[in-house]
Amino acid sequence: MKIYTVCGMGFGTSLMVKMTIDDILADEGIKANVEAIDMGSAKGIEADLFITSKDMLGSFPEVDQPVIYLENMTDKNEIKQKLNSFFNEQDND
Amino acid sequence: MLKDLLTTKTVEVRTDCDSWQEAVERGGELLENINAISHHYTEAMKQSIVENGPYVVIAPHIALLHARPEDGVNEVCMSLQIINTGVHFGYEKRDPVKLVFAFGAIDSQSHLKALQQLMELFNNENLLEKLKNSETNSEAVKLLNKYL
Repeated sequence: MKIYTVCGMGFGTSLMVKMTIDDILADEGIKANVEAIDMGSAKGIEADLFITSKDMLGSFPEVDQPVIYLENMTDKNEIKQKLNSFFNEQDND
Repeated sequence: MLKDLLTTKTVEVRTDCDSWQEAVERGGELLENINAISHHYTEAMKQSIVENGPYVVIAPHIALLHARPEDGVNEVCMSLQIINTGVHFGYEKRDPVKLVFAFGAIDSQSHLKALQQLMELFNNENLLEKLKNSETNSEAVKLLNKYL
């Protein structure tokens, strides 16, 4: 599984979210490759999931894959909660 | 890592600050003073807000400023301004900003540890509250050293 965390430049918040997700996935025993990128790189990329900020709603490129929009990119609880609901939905499909 | 970056030279408590522009300039100046970034980098941090909006306010009362490594970074660095009365960046739901972090990265790897610790800090409500109420630079640095 390939997950991309996305912010304006790919150097700050997207990296913080990436490391948080790495920790969560390690805890849950889920294998995935998580990478931080800038918004310009998101279009046309092969991915299973994108995670970005609600601030990017409207400017985030149209992609075929699911996108999780976070209210607060620094909130570990929100990241965990939304990631878990994504995995639960996948299990139900 | 973070406590090597946030020192008495790069952490500053301010009673007030007139504008977000001033906050960005001072955040950059603290890093220019230790020769960690060029003035061009400071200008690039400001330009990015002009172009993209106040999304640097990444959480309530917290701004995280940065530009790209190629904008003029000599070494991994970070500054922190604690603005007691807060400054408005124009992000209504999250203003006033009381903690202004500015950082410089040289690539997408070498500042990872610092960002990881920063994420811990952002999730530590108790520490954030204490930091916002710091009255002197040394008090703030001591607090950071204790927790980081």
